[in-house]
Amino acid sequence: MNMLVSAGALLLAGGALYAYDMVSLRQSLVSNLSIEAEIIGATSSSALLFNDPNSARRTLSVLNESPHITAAVIFGIDGKPFASYFRNPPTALPPKPVFKDSDTQTYSFGRNQIAFARLVAFEGKPIGTVYMESDLGDMRDRLERYAEILIAVMLMSLMAALVISSFSRRSISVPIVHLAEVAIAVSRNKDYSVRATSSEKRGELAVLIHAFNRMLDQIQLHQEDARRAHDELDHRVRERTAQLAAANKELESFSYSVSHDLRAPLRHIDGFSAMLVQSYGNQLDANGQKYLQRIREGAKHMGQLVDDLLNMARLGRQDVVRRQTDANLLVKNAISNLQSEYEGRQIDWRVTDLPVMDCDPGLMKQVFINLLSNAVKYTRRTQQAVIEIGRSPENENVIYIRDNGAGFEQQYAHKLFAVFQRLHRAEDFEGTGVGLATVDRIIRKHGGRIWAQGEVNRGATFFFTLSPSGDIVTELNHG
Amino acid sequence: MANGEVEILYVEDDDADVELTLIALEEFRIANAIHVARDGVEALDFLFSRGPHSNRSFSLPKFVLLDLKLPKISGLEVLQAIRNDERTRTVPVVVLTSSKEQVDMIDSYKLGVNSYIQKPVDFEQFQKTIRQLGLYWLVVNQAPPMYSPSTA
Repeated sequence: MNMLVSAGALLLAGGALYAYDMVSLRQSLVSNLSIEAEIIGATSSSALLFNDPNSARRTLSVLNESPHITAAVIFGIDGKPFASYFRNPPTALPPKPVFKDSDTQTYSFGRNQIAFARLVAFEGKPIGTVYMESDLGDMRDRLERYAEILIAVMLMSLMAALVISSFSRRSISVPIVHLAEVAIAVSRNKDYSVRATSSEKRGELAVLIHAFNRMLDQIQLHQEDARRAHDELDHRVRERTAQLAAANKELESFSYSVSHDLRAPLRHIDGFSAMLVQSYGNQLDANGQKYLQRIREGAKHMGQLVDDLLNMARLGRQDVVRRQTDANLLVKNAISNLQSEYEGRQIDWRVTDLPVMDCDPGLMKQVFINLLSNAVKYTRRTQQAVIEIGRSPENENVIYIRDNGAGFEQQYAHKLFAVFQRLHRAEDFEGTGVGLATVDRIIRKHGGRIWAQGEVNRGATFFFTLSPSGDIVTELNHG
Repeated sequence: MANGEVEILYVEDDDADVELTLIALEEFRIANAIHVARDGVEALDFLFSRGPHSNRSFSLPKFVLLDLKLPKISGLEVLQAIRNDERTRTVPVVVLTSSKEQVDMIDSYKLGVNSYIQKPVDFEQFQKTIRQLGLYWLVVNQAPPMYSPSTA
């Protein structure tokens, strides 16, 4: 490419020089002829005036000294040839030249010769014409030599350019192409350990290659740092996961043995106390009987605690498997499940339209059972028990369960959801303090939250939503 | 009670539980027809008339009352051995245990238990439960015919 451009430039320059030379050679030829014609004209004017062709012929014979003049003719004013000179024998006489307008001379270039004509004047009046032919061999020879020199010079400069270009290829193109190849390989293979090599120790290219390598150093360093950090994190996650799995397993085997071993002694306490009452009751006074009763109540309560705790642990371990679930159905099921708890009582159930929820149906049924079981329990002493289930008017993604039972003091509301925390005495309302903790746990596992409002003897309201953003509850398509 | 034959094989390691269960079963007056095995090995020895029980002529009880948490061989392993042997495969097995851990229940049913009952803590409940299961498996239910190779 470079070679092509420089060869073209050389050719152009050579051509221009050649053309310039040709033009200037022709001009000098024309001006020489003009001078010679003028001299001949001046010398032969008297011969013309006095009609002396011999004198004119003598004048023309001087042209013998000019080797390039091949022919010369002096025309009289009448247009007839007056005197002529020919280097070689003529084939034909040239015609009388014609001048344009007021021109005093004219010329025309032929293939091998130039024809030149000039008016001869005496005291401002034309008295004849000098016509000359000059052969162009001289000029052609010169131009040919000139062309030879030009071609030789061009060839030599082309050779020089070739040598220089191959040198620059070695010292510039090759290293840059190498650099580009390394860059492409790095970006393609993401291998930052390769380096560009430099054959030179100094110069701009060496600096460029060094800078490129330094950049690769930095990238490689950062990459290794990132990988190390990632590996470390990965390792830590694995470790934690293993620890978590181990803890989970331990918890599982713990609750398994609790389930098997903790209930047995309680069963024995209650069983043998019952046998004592049955077989030896009549030997005990009222106090003795009462103490035995207390022992049995304690054992049963403890049994309930164990069961509730195990239940909570089981629900806690359970994965949430979400499904589109009609909350109306869950509530209906929960109410019928609780039937034994409110047998013989009059409860006004007010269930308004509930949404379809994206939730674990089994776990959410447990939520409704626990909340409604509480409502049933705490309305036990209420004359006309009303239990409402519906959607909050402020936010339709919030579901509430309201009763008009014993209620609680609002200032202790935050304690409701902690395990074993109770706001009522066991004598008033039995319980283990696990039910609401379980509810809280299930709702939090769904990504939601639960809160409560209450007033002593005016009832309690529990609100929950399955997601803080409220987008977990989806509408039933009633259309 | 028919000619000293064992009607219930009761597999239970806990003395207190054995006593409470026997009290609950008193009304059936079959105390002599209940054989109590204190661990899984003893239970299988008895069932298959081997080891200390090699003198016993082979016969199946009306049902096996099986605790799960036992020394040596667990209740589930006993159940598996019973179901894996042609001679004992048909005998009804009732699991009576403290736990109602899901994994226990699932494993028991997978191994072909006939009934799974959790021992209630409340003694009245306990008594009621044991009486019901005694009534059902001893009186209401038809036990499978005795094993003989020709019927297998």
